[in-house]
Formats: sequence, structure tokens, C-alpha cells
Amino acid sequence: MEIYEIVTYFVLLLLLSTALRVVTTTNVIHAAVSLVFTLALTATLFLLLSAEFVALVLILVYIGAVIVLFLFGIMITRAPLGKNAELDNDKNKKAGAILAFAIFLLFSFILISGFSGEITIDQASSTQLLGEILLTRFVFPFEIVSFVLLAALIGGITLARKDDALINEDQI
Amino acid sequence: MIVQPVLIVAAALFSLGIYGILVRRNAVMVLLSIELILNSVNINFVLFDAMLSDTMMGGQIFSIFIITIAAAEVGIGLAIVLMLFRNRQTANINEFDLMKW
Repeated sequence: MEIYEIVTYFVLLLLLSTALRVVTTTNVIHAAVSLVFTLALTATLFLLLSAEFVALVLILVYIGAVIVLFLFGIMITRAPLGKNAELDNDKNKKAGAILAFAIFLLFSFILISGFSGEITIDQASSTQLLGEILLTRFVFPFEIVSFVLLAALIGGITLARKDDALINEDQI
Repeated sequence: MIVQPVLIVAAALFSLGIYGILVRRNAVMVLLSIELILNSVNINFVLFDAMLSDTMMGGQIFSIFIITIAAAEVGIGLAIVLMLFRNRQTANINEFDLMKW
């Protein structure tokens, strides 16, 4: 077995264990930090699949911005830091585990029976080509996504700010 | 790289996210589990892009779109959680039962 395969299996194993930790740990901060590791390992997997630009976007957007937002959310909602036995719904645990395992079996059965083969990376994927395709063939979805981001920005501000003006109008 | 182990790991990430959504009690933890699900979809997209050696790179471009939408979703989701926390003084989703009687 060559070194490439060994690295791939190692990354996959770590990915599984960190993802398991995200949903099973009883400490909210540990869950967020485990998600950082999950995303970093996913970026490594993308690098192994020669998708450098997607890996960099994942690191920049997720680890740079989304995780910071999550930590902000955890701290502002005053979730008890440290071990917290109240984090899980115990009566949902059994049903959730059974349903998740059933979905896993179904998906893995379909994927394994449908797809097989081996990927050989013969050339590095070019980020220049990706950019050209993104701004020619996919330019309309690109613009739509930027509009969605604008809507999310305005919606987030509108939802999260304290609307003092409205409160005062009600009092009048 | 053999495809099947990666596909199985992506399916496992998806089902772990489903488990997290069903079991977690804190609303922020539910959003974390949703991120796991989106991440597993990204893995599948990039893997199939490499497997089919798509000349239009559709898989990679779609995973970039998914990452963008996920960032927007987290922003809105946390704003909603913040709003609920301000009104109910808790982030526990069991207590958000206004539509139940």
C-alpha cells in the first residue's frame, strides 16, 4: 500500500472520530472545537482529491467565520460551560440512534452498490480554470448567491438588533 | 484513492448529524449538527467531481455554493436563536413549545 492510501485512511478514521465527538460530548466548547477538527480534516481530504480552492474556501469560511459565530452564539446564550449532563434529550437518544443507524445503513448500501472504482489524480486541478467556469457558465447562480448573502445580512441584522424605536412607538 | 470508504464515511457523517439534531437539547448544538450534514454533502460532491473528472468542475463549484449558503444559514439561525433567547431566557429547544397545547 502506498503512502497516499495510508494518509487517506488515517484522515477518514480521524474524521469519523472527531465527528462522533461533535454529537456525543457533553461540553459545548469541546463540540465546537471538534467541529473545527472535522472541517480541517475535510479540507485535508479535499486536498488529497486535488480540490485546493474548495479546501481553502472551507478553511476560510468555516474555520475562520462560522466557528467564531458559533462560539459567539454559545457564549451569548449563556450555555453552561464545562460538563453538562442536561445537553442531551435522554428520551430521544434511543430513537435517534436507531433512526441514524438505519439512515447510515440505507445510504451506505445504496452508495456501495451504485458506485465503485478508483480515483487516480493525474493532474492538479487548476484554480484558474475554476474561476473562469464560475464566472462564465455559472455566473447566474453566482450572482443569485451574492443576493442571498445580502438578504441574509439584512435579515440577520433585523432579527438580532433590539428595536428600540418600535418599543417606544408601542408605549406611545 | 478507492471511492467506497470515502462514501461510507460521508454517509456516517450524515447520520451522525441526524442523530445530533434529534438528540441535542441546546439550539446552537442543533445548528452544529446541521453543519456536519452539509459537510458530508460537500465531501460527496467533491468526490464525485474527482471520480467523473468533470470538465465543467460542477462538483467543486456546487460545494462552494453550499459553503456560501451554509454561512448565510448560520448567520440567520444564530440570529433566530438569539431572538428566542432574549424572549424566553433559554436556548433549550424543549421549552419553545408555543405552538403546542
